[in-house]
Amino acid sequence: SISRLLYLLQQETSSTELRTECAVVLGSLAMGTENNVKSLLDCHIITALLQGLLSPDLKFIEACLRCLRTIFISPVTPEDLLYTDATVISHLMALLSRSRYTQEYICQIFSHCCKGPDHQTILFNHGAVQNIAHLLVSTSYKVQMQALKCFSVLAFENPQVSMTLVNVSVDGELLPQIFVKMLQRDKPIEMQLTSAKCLTSMCRAGAIRTDDSCIVLKTLPCLVRMCSKERLLEERVEGAETLAYLIETDVELQRTASITDHLIVMLADYFKYPSSVSAITDIKRLDHDLKHAHELRQAAFKLYASLGANDEDIRKKIIETENMMDRIVNGLSESSIKVRLAAVRCLHSLSRSVQQLRTSFQDHAVWKPLMKVLQNAPNEILVVASSTLCNLLLEFSPSKEPILESGAIELLCSLTQSENLALRVNGIWALMNMAFQAEQKIKSDILRGLSTEQLFQLLSDSDVNVLMKTLGLLRNLLSTRPHIDHIMSTHGKQIMQAVTLILEGEHNIEVKEQTLCILANIADGTTAKELIMTNDDILQKIKYYMSHSNAKLQLAAMFCISNLIWNEEEGSQERQDKLRDMGIVDILHKLSQSADPNLCDK
Amino acid sequence: MAEAGAGSPRGGDAAPLSPPQQHELSRRLRRLYPAVNQDETPLPRSWSPKDKYNYIGLSQGNLRVHYKGHGKNHKDAASVRATHPIPAACGIYYFEVKIVSKGRDGYMGIGLSAQGVNMNRLPGWDKHSYGYHGDDGHSFCSSGTGQPYGPTFTTGDVIGCCVNLINNTCFYTKNGHSLGDSISPYQGFTPPSFFLPSQSNLYPTVGLQTPGEIVDANFGQQPFVFDIEDYMREWRAKIQSTIKRFPIGDRLGEWQAMLQNMVSSYLVHHGYCSTATAFARVTDTTIQEEQTSIKNRQRIQKLVLAGRVGEAIEATQQLYPGLLEHNPNLLFMLKCRQFVEMVNGTDSEVRCFSARSPRSQDSYPGSPSLSPRHGSSNSHLHSTGADSPTCSNGVMSTKSKQSHSKYPTLSSSSSSSSSSSPSSVNYSESNSTDSTKSQQHSSTSNQETRCCAKAIPCWDQKGYTMNMGKELMGRRTQSGQWWGMKATCYFSTAFLLEDSCPQRQLCGGNHAATERMIQFGRELQMLSEQLCREYGKNTMHKKMLQDAFSLLAYSDPWNCPVGQQLDPIQREPVCAALNSAILESQNLPKQPPLMLALGQASECLRLMARVGLGSCSFARVDDYLH
Repeated sequence: SISRLLYLLQQETSSTELRTECAVVLGSLAMGTENNVKSLLDCHIITALLQGLLSPDLKFIEACLRCLRTIFISPVTPEDLLYTDATVISHLMALLSRSRYTQEYICQIFSHCCKGPDHQTILFNHGAVQNIAHLLVSTSYKVQMQALKCFSVLAFENPQVSMTLVNVSVDGELLPQIFVKMLQRDKPIEMQLTSAKCLTSMCRAGAIRTDDSCIVLKTLPCLVRMCSKERLLEERVEGAETLAYLIETDVELQRTASITDHLIVMLADYFKYPSSVSAITDIKRLDHDLKHAHELRQAAFKLYASLGANDEDIRKKIIETENMMDRIVNGLSESSIKVRLAAVRCLHSLSRSVQQLRTSFQDHAVWKPLMKVLQNAPNEILVVASSTLCNLLLEFSPSKEPILESGAIELLCSLTQSENLALRVNGIWALMNMAFQAEQKIKSDILRGLSTEQLFQLLSDSDVNVLMKTLGLLRNLLSTRPHIDHIMSTHGKQIMQAVTLILEGEHNIEVKEQTLCILANIADGTTAKELIMTNDDILQKIKYYMSHSNAKLQLAAMFCISNLIWNEEEGSQERQDKLRDMGIVDILHKLSQSADPNLCDK
Repeated sequence: MAEAGAGSPRGGDAAPLSPPQQHELSRRLRRLYPAVNQDETPLPRSWSPKDKYNYIGLSQGNLRVHYKGHGKNHKDAASVRATHPIPAACGIYYFEVKIVSKGRDGYMGIGLSAQGVNMNRLPGWDKHSYGYHGDDGHSFCSSGTGQPYGPTFTTGDVIGCCVNLINNTCFYTKNGHSLGDSISPYQGFTPPSFFLPSQSNLYPTVGLQTPGEIVDANFGQQPFVFDIEDYMREWRAKIQSTIKRFPIGDRLGEWQAMLQNMVSSYLVHHGYCSTATAFARVTDTTIQEEQTSIKNRQRIQKLVLAGRVGEAIEATQQLYPGLLEHNPNLLFMLKCRQFVEMVNGTDSEVRCFSARSPRSQDSYPGSPSLSPRHGSSNSHLHSTGADSPTCSNGVMSTKSKQSHSKYPTLSSSSSSSSSSSPSSVNYSESNSTDSTKSQQHSSTSNQETRCCAKAIPCWDQKGYTMNMGKELMGRRTQSGQWWGMKATCYFSTAFLLEDSCPQRQLCGGNHAATERMIQFGRELQMLSEQLCREYGKNTMHKKMLQDAFSLLAYSDPWNCPVGQQLDPIQREPVCAALNSAILESQNLPKQPPLMLALGQASECLRLMARVGLGSCSFARVDDYLH
């Protein structure tokens, strides 16, 4: 019957009344199950309906749009179908002026089919902003709402759209002002929430300052209200996620949110679904709760993560919230990836606190589930989890020991081989933290686990972060004299090679400084010194950096020399002679005249 | 006393707010708390110089508070209350305090307390006292131990306190951010919760405890940092949706039938005969009262409203014999009014003496009996009655449409009347359906006479009837109330208009008429004396008579202290009283149920305000009368 209806719909010769009826019936079919929509799609209904939009008859167009709308909002319909023909979008834009129904349906189609930056750009380039802006002040609530939704998806994580929106005005009023009006508390919740999302996107894109009153005094409080118990579960999820995004990078907003309406305590309620009451009294409610339980938890974790990103007091408040650490620990082992990810993020945010690392993190043995998460997790989780691990491996962290014992070295070494840049950075970073003031066994384990080839691989990594952390690792490995000598006796040759390579290469100051520091460490060794003293090339380089224009590099090079000529050591006289021959003394004289704290050296 | 306010030499007692600031304050308070009757329950505008502890100093118009005690320990704490308690009719009340200086230790408390609570304490420590303290950020609810509540506050912060008298909760704000309900959330949202006792009459209160602490209050003098109006909007919407969704337990259109009944009875009551008939037809309901009875009443009312009280009395006596005899008070009231109308020159007793052509004055198109003579008024009445069996729409000329003015309710003595020259107001009974005719006529009469004016009460606007009937049919149950109220306005509207008259003279300036008036006055005096003998003294009568006679004492009665009586609006209460009496005599309700319901609703809201139910502030009857 579908094909028959479609046939009639497409028949130019049939009367418009008939064709309209066909579109209406097809629309009703589309309202049914997902299977209905699938079979309609199989019959290429979209093409037929899009064709119908070319008709001059408004009633028919509206019927087609209504049906298209129903099909496009179904989860089984691929959004890309809208973008296959470029003329479709511009035709839809043109139809926006026809009636309030075309406005409503088209906006709804756009807001459902706009997924990701590509779609945003297409719609933006077709003048979506200008065409839809005036619909925000439409007298029809439905049109207003769909237009607003359009903007919320268009502006989401899209600086281009966001920057445009701030300057658009409708009836002499700028869009941000219109959005702020829609935030008013007597407006429908849906409207408040959606306009808060628009403003959030605009703020994150830098189009509105984070200290603008429309963010601080309007958007933020509105989003906090959305998290309250009075709101529907869906609204609470969206509210918390949007708020987490809004405050993610701004400590002032984090502080403000943390004191608004007891937000931190309010969020604890997100973990109470399904509540014990609902299980007994009402099956329907239980079902509803269960469906949203994961979403609620992950939203709460996300928001906690944002809240605690920078401020120590807020972190403390979060952790003091009832059963917070237990909840995070439980969250780490949840089946839902979304929840696990959010829980790790939250943990990561909280792990920035030295105090918490020493106390609650230890009390709750957070490292255990964290190590578990790190096994076979998808990359997005790994990135955050390994980043958290970095913090847990800091020298003062009591978790460091048990983590090492549970095979972290192997895990981290494997991370350094990842394709994913962030994982490589985190892996090597964690190793660096691990090696800091570590015992010899750990250092050897790291070196063995990493293998020299991998070490050199990392030293030639294209990413400067990886390089820096690798050098940092080397530097941490090469500390305390016995360690230096031990490592240099086994890997001396390769390390010297690598150092030479980096000093010769095109690198920024920080990298060179770090490398010179490594040399200084080597020079501190007893036997390792000789590796430098016998390497004229290196000595020349040190000499070069002593008269470098950058003070930091000069200082680092000075450390090398100072370590090499340290008086109390055996053979210091020969080394001093050799260096004098090279003319280093002259440079030292020159340096001692410059007003720098380098004077402390000989 | 250290004077912080440079501009206030008299310190605590001074009121240095400039008139514009005062005006601004009043304006803001009115806007925030429109439901508050400030004569009955004044709003807090400053701290009370009487209701404070010794260690408190006031300045800058009693808005700035500073500490002047030793501040050694908590025994040196000191508080001050505002001049007035927070009226319940506020619904939601808000004030802010700016911390000018945290002084030595910043032990400051901001909150509320009842009259009589010890002032040698910080707010919150005692029973009926609540406070948010700056040093620890705790909230104290009638207890010496606070509960963790919000952040601490210090110099430069603006702290607000919001009292919600609808759900009896309270929350504080800091720099424009709501800190959340002041129930201790750390104890799991269960008791001890901070519910204010209702009817508690709490005063805004601040307390200080160490030297150097200074705070400034803002009771509305300046815009608030926190968007309190937005918060109020939310509650207004909440309450209005509660009203809208109020379950009415409708059983098979009972509710609708009741509403229809209310409208119908209202129409009948005021004698909107054809509207009522049309309404009954559309809604398929029946009218209790007989058609003729309605029309009779309508006719009498018209006469009263036209200022032709004498004829009205006549007609009443004829149609409802014995009515006035049994109601001497009413009769006296009518007679008094008649006297006033004689002064006005509108009553037929004096109008007949008019030097001008009567035709020009009483414009009855097509009426054969032009003489407004007392004796012939009966036939005139009959003819009018016969003339309007269709009793259809009072047709208004385009001109009259432009200038008509509405009265929100029948009893209203609203000043919206456009009739500045009541003497010239003449009642033109445009019962003709032919609009052109009446229009033509009015234009001619305009030319003919120098003082001709028309008051056209719009009795029957068929258009309204039909629309409303349909609306009522269509609307099932919800918010039927609302439009019922709306109906009130449509139908109680009296349209008055007049062309201004350059000169107004006593009894229309006619000598004979004046004599007749004086004679009538004597009769009235006699009636009063007679009533006094029969029923004893009646101060009301005395006052009425005095007022009426006073008119004669002025050369221009229209511009004298008692001249208000001449305003045609004053006919309305008389008219209503007469109408009620007639209905009562027919065993019908003397007040239409609609007005009764309206009155009950208003009274209910007043009562709510008195017993401290804050929701009354967001459910104004006026909001539903459009």
